[in-house]
Amino acid sequence: MAEKEIQVVQNIFDENDRIAFATQEKLGEMGVFVVNIMGAPGAGKTSSIINLIQQLSENKVYVIEGDIESDIDTVKLKELGIEAIQINTNGACHLDAPTIQSSLDGLSFDKPGLLFIENIGNLVCPAEFQIGEHIKMLICSAAEGSDKPYKYPLAFEKADVILLTKCDLKTYVDFNDEFFLKGVRALNKTAPVFEVNAKTGQGFEDVAEWLLQRKG
Amino acid sequence: MHEYPITEQIIKIASEKAKENNARSITRITLVVGEQSGFIGESIQMYFDIISKDTLCEGAVLEMENIKAKWYCPDCNIHYARQPFSFACPDCGNDGMPTNIGKEFYVKDIEIETE
Repeated sequence: MAEKEIQVVQNIFDENDRIAFATQEKLGEMGVFVVNIMGAPGAGKTSSIINLIQQLSENKVYVIEGDIESDIDTVKLKELGIEAIQINTNGACHLDAPTIQSSLDGLSFDKPGLLFIENIGNLVCPAEFQIGEHIKMLICSAAEGSDKPYKYPLAFEKADVILLTKCDLKTYVDFNDEFFLKGVRALNKTAPVFEVNAKTGQGFEDVAEWLLQRKG
Repeated sequence: MHEYPITEQIIKIASEKAKENNARSITRITLVVGEQSGFIGESIQMYFDIISKDTLCEGAVLEMENIKAKWYCPDCNIHYARQPFSFACPDCGNDGMPTNIGKEFYVKDIEIETE
């Protein structure tokens, strides 16, 4: 019997990333631009998706709703005529690439367009896993406070675009714009920050325009 | 919950490598875990003890090399550990930038027993 040390150096995310890349490539070839929506519970992820879809009315939009349990958001989207499916993780705190890959059969993809994937409401692990997206959109509400970049740096670092929602509440919650933007810029030099209000629809036109430009 | 599928992946990576090298068993697995990887060593260990049963990894010692997260200041050309609620460089006070130091998460090596 002999003991032997074997070098491995293999990233534990490799398999997830390989599947994510295959999904991204497949949907890209079909002309479907994939947006991974990340944000805390109650930040306004579903409301932002609905507002964006209204602005993107000339484009086919698909939605995958990730939730720990319940289909409340999917029912809401379907009532608006949006093609949506539900994934329940039954406790898991994020979506991963295999889960998304196996759920794609549930959507028609009959036309090119955009696929929004609403990740689990959580500012930690969703930022760690690629799921097949072309971009990550971070939804952060003014009500959560201006210290979020300092507390959840990875989500801000990885975001391609940031939406600050519930901006009408800024004065009520003492939101400090300077502190917030300083944190965002230290972590991420390039992601645009859009201020929006899902109740009035304010600001979503600019986000939709940016998305379409990015989609190309 | 978060660590469960990751621990399965660790066992898969180690077992495949061990089989390639005709191992009878794995006695040690070394993981490199960055402070900002988002994974908790104790949690991985807990799942490992359960999931590794009846695999080549059963009974293996799980060693973790932890790496502290570092930021980079391009003005001073230094790496530094950031203070809570701040991204400032300790030398010049300007905000630096994040790096990949502290985000590592990989299987570094394994020790196996052969016939």
